[in-house]
Amino acid sequence: MSSATVKSRDEIIADVREVLEEALGVDSEDVTLDATLNGDLGAESIDYLDIVFRLEKTFSTPEKPFKIAQGEMLPENLMTDPSLVEGGKVTAKGIALLKDRMPHLALGNWESDPQVAKLGELFTVKSLVDFVERKLKG
Amino acid sequence: MRWMWIDTITAFEPKTRMVAIKNVSMAEEHLHAHFAADADGPARPLMPNSLILEGMAQTAGILVGSVHDFREKVVLAKVQNATITGDVGPGQTIRYDARIERMDAMGASTVGIVSRFDHRDGEWREIGTIELMFSHLDQNMQGMQFPEENFVFGENFRTILAAAGFGAFGG
Repeated sequence: MSSATVKSRDEIIADVREVLEEALGVDSEDVTLDATLNGDLGAESIDYLDIVFRLEKTFSTPEKPFKIAQGEMLPENLMTDPSLVEGGKVTAKGIALLKDRMPHLALGNWESDPQVAKLGELFTVKSLVDFVERKLKG
Repeated sequence: MRWMWIDTITAFEPKTRMVAIKNVSMAEEHLHAHFAADADGPARPLMPNSLILEGMAQTAGILVGSVHDFREKVVLAKVQNATITGDVGPGQTIRYDARIERMDAMGASTVGIVSRFDHRDGEWREIGTIELMFSHLDQNMQGMQFPEENFVFGENFRTILAAAGFGAFGG
């Protein structure tokens, strides 16, 4: 792929914002980089599949399909494994797996109280942009 | 048959496309309430757009279900977009032309064209577009468990498929 076809970070941000506006029916001014998908933008579980499909459609080119494998962007099904979750909290093994599999997630303070229920708050617009950018470069 | 809003399947391209039709009849109770005569004027029997949406969901849902031989419990999860620009009344036929746009283990998205046939002039006219998302219930993110029996594709669907000549499915 020639460098001319590589999208800049600003272009990626614009495209991701458009995907979220369409998938979640939210206003563009609400889709800030810090906005969380669950909390601020009201995303429900089915919306994530919608977002995955729309990202694939938006960032695929005839030369290079943009295909997101299950469990690549979101820790779906991961959190039902008892060795990864204990008493509603993600275990050390689970956190290590999250870091390895999902480097686009900024775990930050969440690590000190790693509740599964609060995992959704880590998914920000920025984390999606980072995910797409990293994947396009890869 | 209860809550079936398609009459038969007229075309099927495996994993890709399904076309179904529905003949709208004056015998359908709901047409008499939608809309009944009132102080503003005479009755105006029209197929409700919500049921046109259901017809597309059933067409596209069968298409999505057929991909895995109806082993998955396919449920309508989201209406991404629905635009209906024309009315359908008794004596007219609706055609639902559904295509799978994207599919993976968790679900599928479909795009469907709604058309109306008028028997008086013998012409089909496109009257809408409906984009839907379906979820495979057993592949949900929360890991919730559902009964083993496939309650989505029950007797009603098998009857429609068999009558349309696709009896090998879902038997």
